[in-house]
Amino acid sequence: MKYLSEYRDRDLVQQYLRQIHVVTTHPWTVMEICGGQTHSLVKNGILEMLPKQITMVHGPGCPVCVTPLGIIDEAIELALRQNVILCSFGDMLRVPGSSKSLLEAKAMGGDVRIVYSPLQAVKLAQDNPDKEVVFFAVGFETTAPANALSVVHAQKMGVSNYSILASHVLVPPAMEAILSDPESKIDAFLAAGHVCTIMGLYEYFPIAEKYRVPIVVTGFEPVDLLQGILMAVTQLERGEAKVENQYARVVQREGNKLAQETIHQVFDVSDRAWRGIGSIPASGYEVNEVYKHYNARTKFQLAMKDVPENSTCISGAIMKGLKKPFQCSNFGTKCKPEHPLGAPMVSSEGACAAYYAYANESNVSLQET
Amino acid sequence: MTLYCPMPQMDFDVITMGHGSGGLLTHRLLQSGVFDLFKNDHLDQQHDGAIFNLSGPVAFSTDSYVISPIFFRGGNIGELAVNGSVNDLAMCGAIPKFLSLAFILEEGLRMEEFWEILVSIKTASEVAGVQIVTGDTKVVEKGKGDKIFINTSGIGVIHPQANISFNRVKPGDKIIVSGNIATHGVAILSQRKGLEFETSMESDTAPLNGIVKNLLDTIGTDVHFMRDPTRGGVATVMNEMTGQCKLGIDLTQKDIPTLEEVDGACEMLGLDPLYVANEGIFISVIKATRADEALQTLRQHPLGRNAAIIGEVTAQHAGQVVLTSKIGGRRVVNYLTGEQLPRIC
Repeated sequence: MKYLSEYRDRDLVQQYLRQIHVVTTHPWTVMEICGGQTHSLVKNGILEMLPKQITMVHGPGCPVCVTPLGIIDEAIELALRQNVILCSFGDMLRVPGSSKSLLEAKAMGGDVRIVYSPLQAVKLAQDNPDKEVVFFAVGFETTAPANALSVVHAQKMGVSNYSILASHVLVPPAMEAILSDPESKIDAFLAAGHVCTIMGLYEYFPIAEKYRVPIVVTGFEPVDLLQGILMAVTQLERGEAKVENQYARVVQREGNKLAQETIHQVFDVSDRAWRGIGSIPASGYEVNEVYKHYNARTKFQLAMKDVPENSTCISGAIMKGLKKPFQCSNFGTKCKPEHPLGAPMVSSEGACAAYYAYANESNVSLQET
Repeated sequence: MTLYCPMPQMDFDVITMGHGSGGLLTHRLLQSGVFDLFKNDHLDQQHDGAIFNLSGPVAFSTDSYVISPIFFRGGNIGELAVNGSVNDLAMCGAIPKFLSLAFILEEGLRMEEFWEILVSIKTASEVAGVQIVTGDTKVVEKGKGDKIFINTSGIGVIHPQANISFNRVKPGDKIIVSGNIATHGVAILSQRKGLEFETSMESDTAPLNGIVKNLLDTIGTDVHFMRDPTRGGVATVMNEMTGQCKLGIDLTQKDIPTLEEVDGACEMLGLDPLYVANEGIFISVIKATRADEALQTLRQHPLGRNAAIIGEVTAQHAGQVVLTSKIGGRRVVNYLTGEQLPRIC
C-alpha cells in the first residue's frame, strides 16, 4: 500500500536496526508517549529486535486508558437517561466504570451509539430534535479540534440539543509530571506524531531544555519508530538534548494553526485527573464559558465523583515507566482485557493490553492457553 | 448472484403479524413464497418434517444469521444463510445434501425484500446443490427483531476420503488459506450505517463444497483439518486449533493474502484483518509432503485462485499462535476480547 508499505519495509528496518546497534554503547531508557506507538512496537515484534541496552517504556498516551472512572460513570449516567443518545468512539464502550461499562449500559436499554466523527453526532441531534445528543469527547490534542469544531458547527446550525462530555488530556504536562517524579528513569522521549501534527513542536523546547532530555517527534510505522529511536539514542550518546522531528512528512514546526485556533475558541485549559497517575495541573481541556450550553456537565448538572482505583493496580508505575506489565502480579491473572483492574489494560493501546495481546513466546507462561 | 423471478401477487406490501398467525395469511405466504419457489419432492409432502434415506456417516450442522445490513454488495442474508450451513458441512468433510430453513420476520419487512431474499436462497441452494426440505416462519412485533433473522440447519454425507479432526493435526503440517482474508467483513462494515466509505468491495460469500470436494478427491486423508474462519477471523480459528491440538502454530504475515482495499480500510478503522470475519474462504491443514499439490488443486478452482500457504504447525510454543511480522519480528496472535471496536485516534 503506497505511503505505508515503504515504512514497513523489511530491508529498511534491518538497516535502521544495524545502525541502532552500532551507535548504542550505553544502557538507555526511552519512553514512547503514544499508545499507537506502543501498539506498533509490540505488534510488529520490534521490542525484541532492539539492542539489549535499550529499554522502551510505554507512556500514558492512550486516551481511553487515562480517562478517570468518574468521567466514565458520568457518561454511563447520561446514557441511561431516558431522553439521551450518548455517542462515543468505539473503544470507549468496553471500558468499565466503577460498576459497569457503556456496553452494559447499552444492553440495559441505554441509547449508546458508536460514531466515527463528532459531526455525525451533530447530525444525529438534528435528526432527533426531541432527544438530547451527547458526544463523549475523549482524546489528546489530536481529537480536540474536531470535537471543538462540532460545537462550533452545532451553534452555527442552531442545534441546541447537542452537547459534549469533554475528557481531553494534554501531553506536555504529563511529560513534566513523569520527569518530575524522583524515581523517573526516562532518558529520552519519542513524542506522539499525531499530537504534534496539531500542536507543533514549540511546547517541547522548554521541556527538553529544563530536564536535559532528547525529544524526538515520531510516527507510528516500524521504520518511523526505529528512525525515532536511532535519533534519540544518537543524541543520548552525544550528550545532546534537542527536540527533533522524525515525522516531518506530517508534522510542521508550528503545527496546524487553524486547528489550534478552533481548540482555543471552544476550550479552556483546566486541571485534570489522569487515571492511574492522579491529578495534573493544567493538563486538560474543558468547554469554556462562551460555549457552556454545549457542555454536558453544565447542561445536565453532572458532578464528577472521585472514584478510587483498585489498590493493587500498579498502573501509575507502568505509565510512568517505572515498571513493566510483566512485573505486576495481577497481569494475566486477575487483570485481563475482559476484566481490567486498571488503566493500561482497558484499551488495546494500553501497555498492559498490548503485552497481553502480543507478548512473545518467551512469555508463554503469562499468557492464557 | 440474482435470478429473475417475478414476485407473486401478495395480499400486503409488508409482513404483518397475521403472516405469522398460522392462519390464511401464513398459508398464502408459504404457498407462494416457499412451496412453489423451492419445489421438490420432500417439500411437496408439506409434512411436519422431511423423511429421506442416507447411507454411511453424516454430518449435521446449524447456524443462525442476524447480519445488518441484510442486503450488501456481493450478496444478502439469504445467500449467506445457505452458504453458511453448506460451508459448515463442507468443513466436516461432508457433501451437503439437505437444509432446513427457518425465518423470524419483523413486522413491517417489505414483501419485495423478503421475496428477493427468498429468490437468493433458491439460487444459492441450486448453486450449492442442496435441497431445502423443511422450514418454519414466525413473525415478531416491530422493534422485536431486525427485519429478518434466518436459521438454517444442514445434513451432509461424509466424503469417502475425508477424515477431518483436530486430533489429526501434526507438527510440520502446512496451513493453507483458500483465498484473500477479511474481504467479507470489510465489505459489510463499509456499508454499515454511519460508516459508509467508498469502495467497490463485495462480500465473497460462496458455497465451498465444490472446492472442498476437489481437495478431498485429490489429497484425501492427508487433509487433516478444515475450518471456515467466519466470526473472529483467521486468528480465532488458529487459536481454537492450538487450544484443541496442544500444538503451536507459526504464521508468516507476508504470505497472508489480502486485497489492498481491505488493508486500506483496516488501517483506517484500526482493525486487524486477522480478526475480521470471512465468508467464501476456508483454512485447511495439510500433511507437509502434500501441501504444494493441495495448493495447486485449490488454485485450479475459481474460489481458490489466491490460495496460499500461510504457516505451519509446530511442536514449539504449544497452545500459542506466533506470527512473524512483515518486518521480521515475532509476536503472539491471541484471542480477541469481545468485538473489534474502531479506535479513537
